[in-house]
Amino acid sequence: MTGFKKFVEKVGLPRLIIGSFFIVLIIVALALGLNAPFLFSDIIRRWMMYSILVLAMVPGVQSGIGLNFGISLGVVSGLLGAVIAMEVSFVNGWFYHFGAGAAWLTLLLALAIAIVISALVGAAYGMLLNRVKGSEMTVSTYVGFSSIALMNIVWIMLRFKNGQLKWPIGSGLRNTASLQESFGGLLSDPMVYESPRSITVYADVSDVGSVSVQQPKSLGFLAIDVNDSGFVLPLGLILVFALCCLIVWLFSRSKTGIALSAAGENELFTLSNGINVDRMRILGTSISTVLGAIGIIMYAQTYGFLQLYNAPLMMGFTAVASVLLGGATVTRARISNVIIGTLLFQGILTVALPVANELVNVSALPEVTRIIISNGIILYALSKTRGGNQR
Amino acid sequence: METEYLLSMNDISKEYFGNKVLKNVNLQVKTGEIHALMGENGAGKSTLMNVLFGMPVIHNTGGFEGQVQLDGKEISIADPHDAMNYGIGMVHQEFMLIPDFTVTENIKVGRETGRPSLVPVLDKVFGRDLDHMLWDEMAADSRRSLDSIGMMNIEEYAKVAGMPIGYQQFVEIAREIDKTGIKLLVFDEPTAVLTESEADRLLEIMRLISSRGIAIIFITHRLDEVMQVADSMTILRDGEFVARKEVAETNLVEIAQLMIGRQVDKLVDDSEHDPRELSDDKIALELVNYCVNMPGEKVINMNVKIREGEIFGFGGLAGQGKIGIHNGIQGLYETRGDVLIHGEKLDLSKRGEALRKDIAFVSEDRRGVGLLLGESIERNIVFSAMQVKNEFLKRGLLDRKASLKHTREMIELLDIRTTGPQQTAGSLSGGNQQKVCLARALTLKPNILIVAEPTRGIDIGAKKLVLEYLTKINREQGTTIIVISSELVELRSICDRIAIVAKGTIAAILDPEAPDADYGLAMSGLKREDVGA
Repeated sequence: MTGFKKFVEKVGLPRLIIGSFFIVLIIVALALGLNAPFLFSDIIRRWMMYSILVLAMVPGVQSGIGLNFGISLGVVSGLLGAVIAMEVSFVNGWFYHFGAGAAWLTLLLALAIAIVISALVGAAYGMLLNRVKGSEMTVSTYVGFSSIALMNIVWIMLRFKNGQLKWPIGSGLRNTASLQESFGGLLSDPMVYESPRSITVYADVSDVGSVSVQQPKSLGFLAIDVNDSGFVLPLGLILVFALCCLIVWLFSRSKTGIALSAAGENELFTLSNGINVDRMRILGTSISTVLGAIGIIMYAQTYGFLQLYNAPLMMGFTAVASVLLGGATVTRARISNVIIGTLLFQGILTVALPVANELVNVSALPEVTRIIISNGIILYALSKTRGGNQR
Repeated sequence: METEYLLSMNDISKEYFGNKVLKNVNLQVKTGEIHALMGENGAGKSTLMNVLFGMPVIHNTGGFEGQVQLDGKEISIADPHDAMNYGIGMVHQEFMLIPDFTVTENIKVGRETGRPSLVPVLDKVFGRDLDHMLWDEMAADSRRSLDSIGMMNIEEYAKVAGMPIGYQQFVEIAREIDKTGIKLLVFDEPTAVLTESEADRLLEIMRLISSRGIAIIFITHRLDEVMQVADSMTILRDGEFVARKEVAETNLVEIAQLMIGRQVDKLVDDSEHDPRELSDDKIALELVNYCVNMPGEKVINMNVKIREGEIFGFGGLAGQGKIGIHNGIQGLYETRGDVLIHGEKLDLSKRGEALRKDIAFVSEDRRGVGLLLGESIERNIVFSAMQVKNEFLKRGLLDRKASLKHTREMIELLDIRTTGPQQTAGSLSGGNQQKVCLARALTLKPNILIVAEPTRGIDIGAKKLVLEYLTKINREQGTTIIVISSELVELRSICDRIAIVAKGTIAAILDPEAPDADYGLAMSGLKREDVGA
């Protein structure tokens, strides 16, 4: 009995309940005869697709700003980097000149721009949070919302030429821009390596109209369709996530990383050791924002679309709920919390949709489940921070 | 002892979790007298008052033994409301006033005068909670009680927020006076927050109140104030009743001696050979017109020279400024004046400068400043050395092997009782937490070690070990050690010299063997010459 109690205390009640629910859902799905390879590759794909966004919570929590609801700042920085990179690629006819390599160049440029913008924005945001110590989470929620609203204006004002990005009629950027003719699926979709894609080329560069581009088969290991069974292993995406985790982990073992985490745990202790707590908090916020920017680009490349305007509005909540579900608290978060939390959260949503469709004919059920789980978990975690990381 | 005394508390004993804080204490107060209740921090004054007021903290921890009599009749006070009904009131050290209320509202809050509401049915449903307030009557009452303590210039309709501290205290007194049938008023260190002229005024008012037949219990550390206003006094020491004296029959020196008491048991055996040679030419740390703006522990114009290789103690009562000294050097609070380390000026504007100059600190606030409670012992011990001296790093990353090895050594050296280097600091006992703090400071291999309240909240065994260890590193490694402590006994058992801090500055630098009376007088900021003894 005490052994069981200890186990519950160590794992934490929410993880036990949600974890059991997840397993039950998978069993029901298999019992209903749903396509298993398809289901599992979907789980992995969504797990990896969201995980960097969730990872962005870790440096924030460690540096003491709490759960970074303002991750939307990173998200819009990432989106901005992506649209600029796509426009540059289009206007300069990269696909016409470089062929398949253009997709990779665009992705790298998107990441580079996004990292620079988000690092600066994150630092400024960190300075703001230093002025509102004690109510960071409330402020960051509103900062997140406002940044989306501000960017709505920016999106509509941008005068881009790329047909994938701009509205077919009028000006400004679209709600949803396809990445089919850019870096979409490079790290997660086997189709990119199997069949050629037709890509529209800017008229000023060439009057060809379009070019046909296929990624080299040698890079096919980045997205493997295992035994052609329909079970897809998005190795590229997994590697990027692993790399991000490694960097965050190495940082947490460095002198600065240790000082940063001390600043989050005990401000006076850190001050008394001659460390500038405010600077550590700015650094943590900035890293969190950068990870958010990288996260949304990875998300978009997997999803195949850039979602502008209000689409990222609630993304912060999803990320917060995931990391809390993984066992993090407002003051402590580890990489393991990210991995477990994202798997449980996204896993359930992935499985719930087909299962719900089979069982009851209510199309909104998965969405309702998502809202209940994400908000429920946030509420639970904020009200009762025990289990998981509490040692 | 028939009805001679208004209040008589007999044989009061109280223990918290097996720790006896009051042992058969007696307190007698006559009608209309000012009775001083004296003793060092932790002597049991507050606990005794908590018993008198029936505070929940007493009843929640198993109640108390003994008997309380008021006007010769035994009474039982279950909660502060009972105390109020018996006519016992208190003027708190931290004012219990609502800043956004007017003086009248503050005086009358909870005891408002009203008449039944115009809508009769409301009365039936809600009782008197919805009464119509009679503000004019209440204002007149407030005016009367303010006038009765001579506070003609406090307007009864002014808001409390923004009033001088002294005035706020007078409002609080007026509120207690306004209560009908008040017989006994307790003043808890009322002058601690007041300026000198405000304090004089307050003492005058106390005399005025007592002349109208209200008895006063006056809790204070300031001997001169007691001599000025009190009629009699009770002295407590370590939870024990020491003496009840009439002020007219005693003198300052005697009181000071009674408060400190003869402590014969030395905590550390110092019979061993002392190899040190202390010289006035070799100064490790010097404070010149040093001021620290730490709330509640202000240091004002302090000058002192601490010799190399010395164990120097700072003692004194809480709130007098001794805690501010190291917090200032550490850079946690704003400072003025100079700190010289081996004759070299320390740049206090640069954060962490003291640490880089080989000064290490053990904070008095273990849990708040001294430790990362959620982190491992290992992380706590190596943290400072890593951040300040770049030790325990390998290619920019934490060198786990070196840090684990060092942690194990420290655990053994200081006998830290733990399940291993990975146990979190927060789950250790107080004594072991203190050893972790000490280990962190020692890892910096300091030239000067400043230890504040080294034995606060730790058991006697650990206490002895910590003090012995401090003496050991002082003798063997020649580390200059500065101990800041509220416990005179421990200072006197290990220090070479002890500075008593009072009112933010040094009242006296004493030899550990100096008479108790000297310590007692210095703690109230007085000198032997002043009292002509």
